[in-house]
Amino acid sequence: MPTPTGTCAIPQSCSTGSVIDVEGLSFRYRSDQSGRPWTLDAVSFAVSSGEVLGIVGPNGSGKSSLLKLLAGILRPNHGRIQIAGLPISQLEPPVLARLVALVPQEFAQVFPFTVAETVLMGRFPHRRTGWWNLGMGDESETDLLVAHCAMVDTDVVALADRLVSDLSGGERQRVMIARALAQEPTILLLDEPMAFLDINHQIDICELIRRLNGERALTVVMVSHDLNVASQLCDRLVMLKEGRVCQTGTPAETIREDVLRTVYGCDVVVDAHPHTGLPRVTMPSVSGRL
Amino acid sequence: MANGHVTPSHLPAPSGDLSTTTPVPSLHEMKSQWHRTGAMLTRRRWGLVLTGLLLVSVGVIALCSQFGAVSVQLADVLAVLRHVLTTGSLDVSSLGTAGVIFLQVRLPRVLMGFLVGGALAAVGVTLQALLRNPLADPYVLGVSSGAALGASLAMLLGIGTTVMLLPLLPLFGFIGGLLALVLIYRLAQSQGRLPIYSLLLAGVILNAILTALIMFITSIMEPNRSAGLMAWLMGSLTAPGYPALAVIVIYVAFVSAVLMHKAQVLNVLTQGEETARSLGIDTERVKKQLYALTALITGAVVSVSGMIGFVGMVVPHAVRMMIGSDHRLLLPASALVGGMFLVVSDTIARTIFAPAEIPVGIVTALAGGPFFLYLLLWRKDRMI
Repeated sequence: MPTPTGTCAIPQSCSTGSVIDVEGLSFRYRSDQSGRPWTLDAVSFAVSSGEVLGIVGPNGSGKSSLLKLLAGILRPNHGRIQIAGLPISQLEPPVLARLVALVPQEFAQVFPFTVAETVLMGRFPHRRTGWWNLGMGDESETDLLVAHCAMVDTDVVALADRLVSDLSGGERQRVMIARALAQEPTILLLDEPMAFLDINHQIDICELIRRLNGERALTVVMVSHDLNVASQLCDRLVMLKEGRVCQTGTPAETIREDVLRTVYGCDVVVDAHPHTGLPRVTMPSVSGRL
Repeated sequence: MANGHVTPSHLPAPSGDLSTTTPVPSLHEMKSQWHRTGAMLTRRRWGLVLTGLLLVSVGVIALCSQFGAVSVQLADVLAVLRHVLTTGSLDVSSLGTAGVIFLQVRLPRVLMGFLVGGALAAVGVTLQALLRNPLADPYVLGVSSGAALGASLAMLLGIGTTVMLLPLLPLFGFIGGLLALVLIYRLAQSQGRLPIYSLLLAGVILNAILTALIMFITSIMEPNRSAGLMAWLMGSLTAPGYPALAVIVIYVAFVSAVLMHKAQVLNVLTQGEETARSLGIDTERVKKQLYALTALITGAVVSVSGMIGFVGMVVPHAVRMMIGSDHRLLLPASALVGGMFLVVSDTIARTIFAPAEIPVGIVTALAGGPFFLYLLLWRKDRMI
């Protein structure tokens, strides 16, 4: 909780144990015409408190759908999801929004909102509005302080009065993360946070995620199609193939040539990163060259 | 940041106080800076903008009441006001024709124009946030046509001709507008998205079909009634009278209050469906409520003034450029500016060829159409 002194107090680490429990989760879109019976089929895994978990897999393997299920945006057909020990179906939307924050995939900003206004929207689930103030719901001191802390942590304070639509991709992604932090969640869900970003911004966002994980004791679940980013950033990975969990474990356990061959159906070269020793994926030599 | 290797071993040690690494300005400093730079809406800015617009609105109403086929002098207006306030009676025949024209014809017309313009602008703001599209407008999307068809049907059946049945006319407009809105949504939606071009295309087609149906209704009416219907369809504020005004006041006041209550929700809805849901909004329910409200107020307005186009698009767009997107201010400010816009447009419509009048819908379309084209051709970045 923020303190009124103007410094950002850090929430205490939650008791260890799993904060997200997914068991036997199956889901399909009503309009799905892929012919596959399930978009997600009997998916089970757990996320421990303070962990950075990556969900990886080929396109169409159900990564983003899984994240939306965790955010409560989609409802599962079978199986259960527990957030902080409570079934997600029993959590009221505003209560869930105070536990879980989602940074969706980038989409075009149509209306000219400033950075400060955008971050303050993250306070929506905490705000009390009603007929007595005609829904005006002024920002309270707490709202301002929490938003400000979120902007300090994501290094967007200097952009407060700029329009979100005028920012670069990396800056915009940091603003979206700041808005999610303003919800004061215990779990942060990120959908492809590094897609479309240049390498310098990718490094920025990676360091930011790690810093938030350390300083705010945030549990992070992120979807990424980039195996190298996932390998460097995540404590553990869940690898999906056609809606099923194919492999779970540390990057060293999941990013292996044999696993990737079964999941992606092609040969890749996996070696060790020269500094971290973590697995690194590259293409084999492209035929036709040399 | 110079070191690009991200590993758990490179983590900064968790510290209890961030101010050691980043200077955190005090809450007061930060607040005053945000207020100064306009980074966020403040109660002070809200009050100043709305008070200013309210005062200008009163001025515009007073000024525009003087112009028309018969010119009413400010002295006449003051005489009428003094007479009404001192005697408490609306009978001003003792003050001469100018006074009667002002109180019985000019004033209700100008007030109706203000209400209709304000309501259309508020509908525009709401639709734009709901469809996440700054080009949305009840007229362009065919909601107005749907409401007009509903109201035409009611008129064909003879509803709305007596004072008792007057409040029913907006309900027919509401049903027509709501059906049009549901149709347009179904037509334009593809894979859970509402692309602008399919939205506009669906609007064009729906407008064509609905207009044909309205034309059919006018063609089977008696000629003297159909001429009145045609004039109404082109958008007209001619002599509504106080009972109609009272009905519209009730509809507009109710819908405005609910919309103001939803201003924060509208803000969040502009950020996209997923974000809105992850912030705890039951988007399906809220969207249904807002669509119903939009159709209700459009139905009410169209049933008295016909199809007045582009107010709902031009006004919110211009206001947003000036005061930002926060709906807590954007919604009431757009309503006030929309009211003024229509009052001025109507003044032009009844004076430019005086003593003849042209439908006010022509004036707003000639002012708004080119603006719409400008956005469509040169501001593609703003509309995705």
